[in-house]
Amino acid sequence: MNATTDRKKTALLELLRTPGNILTAFILALGLCITVLRFTKGLAGVTNLNDNYPWGIWISFDLLCGVALAAGGYAATTACHLFGLKDFRTSVRPAVTSAFLGYAFVVLALHYDVGQPWRLVYPIFLSQGTSSVLFEVGLCVFIYLSVLALEWSIAVFERLGWKKARARIVRLTIPLTVLGVILSTMHQSSLGALYLIAPSKMHPLWYSPFIPVFFFVSSIFAGMSMVIFEGSLAHRFLRGQMDEEHIRRGDAVVFGFGKAASITMLGYLLIRLYGVALDDNWRFLPTGYGLWFIAELAGFVALPSFLYALGVREKNTRRIRFAALLTIAGIVLNRFNVSLVAFNWQLAPEEKYFPHWMEIAVSAFIVTLIITAYRLICAYMPILRDDPDFETH
Amino acid sequence: MRRRKFLSLISAGSLGTALAPRTGTAAATISGHPETLGVLHDSALCIGCRKCEAACREVNNLPTPDKYKTPEKPFTDLSVLERKRRTDFQRFTVVNKYRSKDGRTVFRKFQCNHCQEPACASACFVRALVKTPQGPVIYKPDLCVGCRYCMIACPYYVPAYDYGNAGNPLVYKCTMCAPRLARGQAPGCVENCPTDALAFGRRLDLLELARARIAAHPGRYTPRIYGEQEMGGTNWLYLSPVPHEELGQPRLGKIPAPELTSGALGAVAIVAGLWPAFLGGLYCISRRRDKTAEQDAALAAATARETAEAEAQETLRQALAKAEKEKEAAIAREVKKAREEAAREFEEKAAPQAKEESTPPPAGEPSS
Ligand code: SF4
Ligand code: SF4
Ligand code: SF4
Repeated sequence: MNATTDRKKTALLELLRTPGNILTAFILALGLCITVLRFTKGLAGVTNLNDNYPWGIWISFDLLCGVALAAGGYAATTACHLFGLKDFRTSVRPAVTSAFLGYAFVVLALHYDVGQPWRLVYPIFLSQGTSSVLFEVGLCVFIYLSVLALEWSIAVFERLGWKKARARIVRLTIPLTVLGVILSTMHQSSLGALYLIAPSKMHPLWYSPFIPVFFFVSSIFAGMSMVIFEGSLAHRFLRGQMDEEHIRRGDAVVFGFGKAASITMLGYLLIRLYGVALDDNWRFLPTGYGLWFIAELAGFVALPSFLYALGVREKNTRRIRFAALLTIAGIVLNRFNVSLVAFNWQLAPEEKYFPHWMEIAVSAFIVTLIITAYRLICAYMPILRDDPDFETH
Repeated sequence: MRRRKFLSLISAGSLGTALAPRTGTAAATISGHPETLGVLHDSALCIGCRKCEAACREVNNLPTPDKYKTPEKPFTDLSVLERKRRTDFQRFTVVNKYRSKDGRTVFRKFQCNHCQEPACASACFVRALVKTPQGPVIYKPDLCVGCRYCMIACPYYVPAYDYGNAGNPLVYKCTMCAPRLARGQAPGCVENCPTDALAFGRRLDLLELARARIAAHPGRYTPRIYGEQEMGGTNWLYLSPVPHEELGQPRLGKIPAPELTSGALGAVAIVAGLWPAFLGGLYCISRRRDKTAEQDAALAAATARETAEAEAQETLRQALAKAEKEKEAAIAREVKKAREEAAREFEEKAAPQAKEESTPPPAGEPSS
């Protein structure tokens, strides 16, 4: 018990002394100021959104990338609980934690983006637009956030020492995991399906009836890459919070997910090309957009897939971590390409949208909030270590 | 390892489920209420006077151009037409000037087309946009959350947002003057049009009218009514002396917007239905595998134990048998020795009468 208290104290001190904290504090303060502006001056006060571009980077980055990169939650719980890969046990809790935070902050970010955030519950409780893909996204995200909250509550109950409540949730592990996969499949793919309705506004290379499949499959390796990436960050910066087993099992997770990601990405590459073939869009390849499309697929799908495979074969965790980083960058690139590059591609250059610096600052604010919350949670709760008072599950 | 492969299998499996429902959704039927109302804009008759813009401002109580967020010259100033404009939250309709490929100047009025199967209404997740049987696509400001997905969805770039409003920002677009229609009046813009460029009536009648005009003046029109079929058809229709694309009207095809997403939405049912079965199966397999492995291990342990026991017993038996044999041999040796001794003694003692007596049976001879 004494050791734990000591560890907590040092953790707190570390948190207060980290050099990055000055930056953190700055971004948070700036974010708060912009928040005030956003809700007093309206969207026009802080964004470059216009009638041709109703969705900017708060959708491209905070929603589309945020949800894709929070897929680590279902990737890890599925691997561990449904496939029975016990090596992944230690990655479940960090992944669930970051997924929960990810989704919670996606919802927070949406409060900035929609015009009347106080009405965000309307579509769920008041008037359901069931023909809308966005309705499905909203409903799934809402339910999945609750599922994640339940999955995550195990750690909270351990911290509080509420054995009965904890046991009750632990018993629900499998149903919750299955529910998580269903909901994730639905809303990950639906985020892509949002763009199905506007074929005339999308560049043909990125528009495909398969776009929901693209989004779902890419969320699988996005999630796995995030688990690897977060793991490497935790190893570097939060080692003090980790126990022996979590440090030891880290590599097994890296290799397991590395291999799985490599294979999934290969499949993804093939279906992306199949999408081009299906609509016979090859003629767009020798254009500027075509080159950009090739760059996305070659540099941010094929290459990391290869690096993953190489890293797994050579048992080189460093290479795998680099591949994970590249994959994550590729996911961000893809979501931006779909929502901002391919969308409205026919508009004249002067009609195009570029984010206001305050939009970027708000996104940075949200990311900083997530990281800060994650660090605090890891410092105070059994996330990167097992609570000795409880059996593992 | 066999288990890891399941991750890639999942991606392959989902491909199938998401594709399945898409195959059945191709046939586009042009639907619509027979009494539904519409407006026909005839670019061959439009003189670009902006009187419709002025009327629209009037009937909708919109601010005058000098009070716009980006102030504009009054409606009487036609120099405004030199810029390409779109609708916004203070302009529900604009007239744009186009120069056609053959050098003609052509005007086109631009506002919500009141689609028969509106993309905006199908996209709205709170049903704030609704298609009425009378024709107008109406908006319910009390429901709108401001997600602006309707603006993403509309193929004509029509709905606009009041971005500068923090308290009650809303979507704005042409209402087709639904309140006026309810009072039995024609739309404001139509009423104020000094030529016949705008005609109001039942959509079916307007199609007739348009066809009649094309037939009467074959050289004057491009023989196509824009809005007759575009994505399921629109209630506002267009006639033009030049190809409609030259007036900035997009090529859209016939598939109505709702059909574009219904496949993906239908897949939801399949996902919701198949995943639990698939994952449940997977889980059971993985559990069974674990259990089988456990059982196998137990069995192996048991067998090992039995074998060991049997072996041990065998050795014991052999050892016993060996010991037994040795003992036997020892006894036999002893007996033999004893017998020989006895025999010798007997011979020594009673050598004279040795011939009449046989050897006595030795006592305690072991049985085999
Ligand atoms: S033109 Fe656009 S806004 Fe008008 S009904 Fe059609 S989709 Fe909706
Ligand atoms: S902005 Fe309003 S009207 Fe448009 S889709 Fe969203 S909720 Fe519906
Ligand atoms: S129908 Fe009414 S709202 Fe629409 S453009 Fe005409 S006047 Fe304006």
